[in-house]
Amino acid sequence: MSKFPVERIRNFSIIAHIDHGKSTLADRLLELTGAIATTDKNKQVLDKLQVERERGITVKAQTASLFYKYQGQTYLLNLIDTPGHVDFSYEVSRSISACQGVLLIVDANQGIQAQTVANFYLAFEAQLTIIPVINKIDLKNADPERVEKQIEKVFDIPTEECIRISAKLGTNVEQVLQEVVKRLPPPTFKKEDPFKALVFDSNFDHYRGVVANIALFGGYLSKGDRIISAYLGKSYEVNELGLLRPDEHPTDRLYAGQVGYVIAGMKEVKEAQIGDTLYHQKHLVEAFPGFKPAKAMVFAGMYPMDQSDYSALRSAVEKLTLNDSSVTVQRDSSLALGAGWRLGFLGLLHMEVFNQRLEQEYNASVIVTAPTVPYKAILSSAKLIKNRRAVQKNMVYIDDHRVMMKYLFPLNEIVVDFYDLLKSMSSGYASFDYEDAGYQAAHVIKMDILLNGKPVEELTTIVHKDRAYSAGKAMCERLQDAIPRQMFEIAVQAAIGSKVIARETIKAYKKNVLAKCYGGDITRKMKLLKKQAEGKKKMRYVGTVQVPKDAFINVLKRKDK
Amino acid sequence: FTVWPYCLKRCSYCNFNKYIPRSDNQDVMLECLQRETETLLKLSQVSRITSVFFGGGTPSLARPSTIAAVLQTVTRHAGLSEEAEVTLEVNPTPVGSSKLEDFLHAGVNRFSIGVQVRLRLVVLGRDHNSQHALQTVAEARRLCPGRVSVDVMFGRPGQSVASWELELDELLSVCDDHVSLYQLTLERGTQLFRQVQKGQLSVPSDDITAVMYDSARRILQKRGYLQYEVSNFARNGAISQHNMSYWKASQYLGVGPGAHGRFVPRGEGDVCREARTQTLEPDVWLREVQQRSHGTRRRIPLTHLGLLEEVLVMGLRLIDGITHQHWQLFSPRADLYQILSSSSEVQDLQQTGLLILDDRGLRCSWQGLALLDSMLPTLLLLLEAYITQGLDNNSDSLQL
Repeated sequence: MSKFPVERIRNFSIIAHIDHGKSTLADRLLELTGAIATTDKNKQVLDKLQVERERGITVKAQTASLFYKYQGQTYLLNLIDTPGHVDFSYEVSRSISACQGVLLIVDANQGIQAQTVANFYLAFEAQLTIIPVINKIDLKNADPERVEKQIEKVFDIPTEECIRISAKLGTNVEQVLQEVVKRLPPPTFKKEDPFKALVFDSNFDHYRGVVANIALFGGYLSKGDRIISAYLGKSYEVNELGLLRPDEHPTDRLYAGQVGYVIAGMKEVKEAQIGDTLYHQKHLVEAFPGFKPAKAMVFAGMYPMDQSDYSALRSAVEKLTLNDSSVTVQRDSSLALGAGWRLGFLGLLHMEVFNQRLEQEYNASVIVTAPTVPYKAILSSAKLIKNRRAVQKNMVYIDDHRVMMKYLFPLNEIVVDFYDLLKSMSSGYASFDYEDAGYQAAHVIKMDILLNGKPVEELTTIVHKDRAYSAGKAMCERLQDAIPRQMFEIAVQAAIGSKVIARETIKAYKKNVLAKCYGGDITRKMKLLKKQAEGKKKMRYVGTVQVPKDAFINVLKRKDK
Repeated sequence: FTVWPYCLKRCSYCNFNKYIPRSDNQDVMLECLQRETETLLKLSQVSRITSVFFGGGTPSLARPSTIAAVLQTVTRHAGLSEEAEVTLEVNPTPVGSSKLEDFLHAGVNRFSIGVQVRLRLVVLGRDHNSQHALQTVAEARRLCPGRVSVDVMFGRPGQSVASWELELDELLSVCDDHVSLYQLTLERGTQLFRQVQKGQLSVPSDDITAVMYDSARRILQKRGYLQYEVSNFARNGAISQHNMSYWKASQYLGVGPGAHGRFVPRGEGDVCREARTQTLEPDVWLREVQQRSHGTRRRIPLTHLGLLEEVLVMGLRLIDGITHQHWQLFSPRADLYQILSSSSEVQDLQQTGLLILDDRGLRCSWQGLALLDSMLPTLLLLLEAYITQGLDNNSDSLQL
């Protein structure tokens, strides 16, 4: 690898809005450079996870080092595939900081979209070379000329710089490689400098431990070296390192400007956080700026279907979070559902993918609920501070197109769906960050749910006074659907103290179905009745009302669109 | 219970064991029915048959001579008393009603007719219309006065409470002394089920069928019929003897494809009552009977608990319920009070007026009858708990 002078290395990422064709282009580039054979099976080779393949999205960033011959010289092109979804913008920003340029893909029909803009700014602010690529020109509605003009107007990039391609058909893709070689500067890193590397991703391998994807910004790294991670200050010995092509190709050394993987005896991915800096034990360097541990935006409660599955679920969650350090985990418990967790995710998609992986890879069945939010209650009847739900603190104009607004919010207003609504209302353009502002007094009350006058402990909640009616009504309606009719009428009520604030009624049924019951029907009937009797054993009783176990689950579950 | 599994057409709601005959194999069928009847009679060592029921399928499609031959076999191998009830199910097609007299001569002394009066029949795929139905009933009454039963169905697509009441009124003016009342049930795998699923048809809601049932009971009562079972009404004492044996958990033999039976095969030296089912598919059944003289597909011995469960479930369908004496025949050591009286749920049901447990026995009230299936799981759990705990106690005492 040392025969690769830094001048012939190019580090680049592909960035785009969802579905504009990043992963397909990555496939083509791999095929063109011989990293993979050209077959149908290469559809989005870099999307290794099953859930990625199924949903057609990239979740974990993958990397490949490509060798490309151009004008008689062989170049080392390091491609870093990035997630396109808004939830993962931090990962994108870290991947980008390891590059000198990006391919900005824009769909020839859809044109510039929210993530196109967001990613553009990330690359622009990092002062990277941006090569606009207009994709899907093979489709009927493609209008590359319009999109080129759009790009010129919004990003101030001349139309001549755009490359029109069809990643699916391979049209002009070779030209992309050439432009990467021609337009992107080589990294300015020197192998004479002290070793410094940026961690832009990490994976957990059961047999070998944490595998960190790194970009070397200076010096070189050899097998056996001792390195330190800036964030935790811990030291490790390099067991193995090499290139990704996209599969692992171990080597003895990696040099400045190169991108590859390293295995150094780290036991948890938290030891190799994205954005972290690695350096030699003897040579302290300045850590990369902009590193921040991931911040959760969307929260959910997760409980096993049955308490007997608790330890299986715990181990599944542990294993999954091994590979995803951006999920925050806190133990929690609910009267209705038993012991579980409150988990924080980067966004709703992140949460959904996490759930799907739990079910697919670990066979876990999980109940997902709206999370609980910590309250401190002062048990006194003293006056409560009147509070609006959100108080605007300030507003700042960043530039012609962007404004930043600061608000003070009670946490539970944002934990469930604020982030998602914000995104969908602004078509993805708005972004959101928060800090803990401490506890504040608020007018909250305890709301009971009653079935024929008897309270259902598990469903008691604390709600804000202003939300009580709507929350109570919603719960009553859900319960009405979830509890089957019985031989008597059931009154479902939400109450605050002794005052009923919402009510639904479940009517009694008047008769059973009348069917023939002779001869052969008898055997069938007995079977059915025995089954019902068994089911009865598992029912929960609130007074005389039979409540199936999943009634509570249905009431507490998150109802996402 | 003898099965004639063939029908002319398939009713869209029917999930009974029935087939369209491909060729006329009446002779073979008859031979096998006779053979199996003989085999099972000998196996059960029954000495007296109190009732015979020809069901199916559409038994009225069979030749009267076939019926006669089967009855002769019964007489030959067991006693068929003069007072024995011999019922034939009749589907009122033009074909059927002209044969009724021949059936009478063959030995049938009771007819059970499935009748749907209104033109809405077409929805159910039945190939007869109201006129035929009424004619058939009239003819049957002429031949067996006081011994004709009519089946009526409510909850059909397009039926309203008003149309149902009218229909019932009209029907009752020509009915005989026994009426069976059923609700149309949607069974998976039937054409009607699929039609309803697809939204091509809709059946009345639960609340409406509840009113239909109620008004039917009222109307029948006004006309002098006594409701003696969940679905069955009789005046002048014309109750169905054959069906009584189901509700009283007596022994019965099932002959023919798909037939069910409950008896003790004493001929093999057994003492345990068994639940038996004959092979479903007619062609296969025919082969098996020819090869080994009967086509029994399944035989499952009933445990003590299993038998008591059947007694309970079937007995409560009668308005008179289960007397203590009747219960004692099957459960000499555990009476109904011991099993049920301490349960708070049972007490609740008694207080709400749905269930009665007194010195006569255990039975549903008039309202309770309509909700019997809802009460049964509770009662079954109590029975199971009591009996299995009893078994534990017994084994303890044996160890002493």
